[in-house]
Amino acid sequence: MIIDKNTAKNDVLTKTYIGIILISLCLLNIVFASFFSVEILKFLPKKIDLSFTFIIGLIGLHLIRSEKSDIKFIHYINTNTNNNNFNGFLTLCILLLILITIPPVINWFILDANFTGDSKDACTGSGACWTYIKVWMRRFVYGMYPNEEHWRINLSFFLVVGLGLIGIFARGQLRKFITLYYVIIYPIIAFLVIYFLISGGSFNLVWVETGAWGGLSLTFIVSFFCLIFCFPVGMLLALGRRSSLPTITYFSVCFIEFWRGVPLITVLFMSAVMFPLFLPEGVFVDKLVMVIIAISLFEAAYVAEVIRGGLQALPRGQYDAAKSLGMGYWRMYIFVILPQALKLVIPGIANTFLALVKDTPLIFVVGLLEIVGMLNMAKTNPKWLGFAMEGYIFAGIIFWIICYSMSKYSQKLELKFKTDR
Amino acid sequence: MKKIVPQIITLLLIILVFAFFTFNANVNMSNRGMEFGYGFLKRAASFDIQFSLIEYSRESTYGRAYLVGLLNTLLVAFSGIIFATFLGLIFGIARLSKNLLINKFAAFYVEFFRNLPLLLQLFFWYYAALRILPLPHETNGFYNFYMTIKSLYTPSLIWENLDVFLYLLGFSIILIFIINNYFKKIQENKGKQYPILLISLIILFIIPSFAFIFGISSIDIEYPVYKQLSKTSGTFIGGLAIPPEFIALFLALSLYTGTFIAENVRAGIEGISKGQKEAAASSGLTQKQILNLVVLPQALRIIIPPTTNQYLNLTKNSSLAAAIAYPDIVLVFAGTALMQTGRAIEIVSITMATYLSISLAISAFMNYYNKKVAITEK
Repeated sequence: MIIDKNTAKNDVLTKTYIGIILISLCLLNIVFASFFSVEILKFLPKKIDLSFTFIIGLIGLHLIRSEKSDIKFIHYINTNTNNNNFNGFLTLCILLLILITIPPVINWFILDANFTGDSKDACTGSGACWTYIKVWMRRFVYGMYPNEEHWRINLSFFLVVGLGLIGIFARGQLRKFITLYYVIIYPIIAFLVIYFLISGGSFNLVWVETGAWGGLSLTFIVSFFCLIFCFPVGMLLALGRRSSLPTITYFSVCFIEFWRGVPLITVLFMSAVMFPLFLPEGVFVDKLVMVIIAISLFEAAYVAEVIRGGLQALPRGQYDAAKSLGMGYWRMYIFVILPQALKLVIPGIANTFLALVKDTPLIFVVGLLEIVGMLNMAKTNPKWLGFAMEGYIFAGIIFWIICYSMSKYSQKLELKFKTDR
Repeated sequence: MKKIVPQIITLLLIILVFAFFTFNANVNMSNRGMEFGYGFLKRAASFDIQFSLIEYSRESTYGRAYLVGLLNTLLVAFSGIIFATFLGLIFGIARLSKNLLINKFAAFYVEFFRNLPLLLQLFFWYYAALRILPLPHETNGFYNFYMTIKSLYTPSLIWENLDVFLYLLGFSIILIFIINNYFKKIQENKGKQYPILLISLIILFIIPSFAFIFGISSIDIEYPVYKQLSKTSGTFIGGLAIPPEFIALFLALSLYTGTFIAENVRAGIEGISKGQKEAAASSGLTQKQILNLVVLPQALRIIIPPTTNQYLNLTKNSSLAAAIAYPDIVLVFAGTALMQTGRAIEIVSITMATYLSISLAISAFMNYYNKKVAITEK
């Protein structure tokens, strides 16, 4: 019996070793072929090369599969990626896909890419031309804003961020005013900072018209202001939709459903070509202001629906309790209902803000060029033709980092508030 | 009294704002010699549209141009919805896989495409990715499919008596509905089960194929043929030419929306508690029955409402077509037609009303569905 057990164990071991050898052969072949362009299996006819390697790998995965392996690493592989034939097949597919795509991507991104120089002629390699990004960097970040005035944008950016972070350090008595600060005072200060510093015209600063603003800084400005404005409007709309007064309810419902029913691009079209007709003669509203108002109203409708969800989720007892304490409508909402409801909907609001940031490139419709718009302009520059790919990848990386960190943060908040209740 | 005053004030405010805007619009329009009216829809449009599903020429009216744009929007939205659903299903299920690699791969897809602005993706596909494709005379083709920088040329089907086939198809779908309801009743009353899916599929295949069996309709396949125009240029003739604008829009929309649908699918399947499956298993249902009778109906109840919302978003996002010159309703109507006629109010309002009615129709359907599948508590 003991001998039998041992032979069985040995059998499994041999199978595992053969399997490991086959898999490594398969992976090695692919790695050599894709990284160093050396084909180990050259002696085979060319047609069956890839499929042959694939089959070798599959057989290998089949051989190492067992209920419980003594080798820890094999056991880990078996439980996580190789628990049946179908999963083994998919695992191998994904591995091959990764191994085949990585080398050309790395080559294009880094190894064959050009980083030096300051004109198109510097880009001779077959890879990416990061020189293009380097040369255009200022335009991508600041738009057509005059070069010698860039410090104004930087300064106001730091001021706005710094003022925003103040709330974290508030302690004791000051914490009472934190909501007031963020909802009313902070937006006003931020507006004044951006108006006087970036726009200029007073304090010996040169006036820069909004048409010259652009690039990444415009993306930030537009998303920042829309974010600040859409929140209170959305909150009022949500309250209006749940109001007991029919006119206000109907108005809110119509307003919300209208904005939610049309695409943002038509809203921007409307603000650009139709809205000027509705203004009194001689009144002129700046393009940027119009765009910010349009996007804020548009996003406010979405925010309103999210907040309404939070209001509905609160138990009736909260309303009754507040009323029985003799609170009026506004006192009840401000001190009892909204603080709880808003806490519930923070993830939803964060998602709406995320959508807002992703929607900002659409302002190209009215002729404002934020970073994607600047890319499109740079791409058509006769001196720099043919680098569209690099530009979009550059902008993509920036947007991805912003949006990914925002969504991770909102997920974290979601988890945090879940445990609270 | 306390309730009437605020209402009157809001009403007055709304009326005042509207009156203010209408008054201004009137003054402005009369100053510029413009008239309000929809009569322009019957005038000849006299501009070309690159890609159209119905017959359209320069002599056609603005109304016809509107229709062309609307159909193009619906076409890209419809095909995008189908592909996005497909992607969403696959990656949503893949995210629940026990296989670590597949799980991470699906997570990578979702996180990657969800966190990039749709417009950026669209530009990437149109201006960067699809521009690498070869010129017509350099392409080799893949089983009569030719990917070129100008278009994707595919074989096209030439139908004879297509309508007979479509009638039969419609008839079989109605038949399937009736039979499904009938079997459902039997199941509810007697607990007996029939292979509904198999029967439906058989009906769906057999009845329309009568059209071919009896020789009423027939299909011919037309292949794209390369034609040399000069030494260094050529083009394809015949077959179906799908413009790169459509492909870029289709890819961007479906890859972007697919991520959201994948998350919905995952949430739906995860949302069913383990107890449900265990209860079903302990009452003697087989694995297949558990999936069909317990898991799927409940999962669909969670998945469908947010997914309909995503379909709606996809339809609205298809308006980004204007950025890459795919002739959808925004580009054709709110773009070219508006430039030519200068009738901003009429055209923008028609465009918005179109989108509004599409989304209201879809949300009405969703409300109906929600009511239908909602758990009726006794």
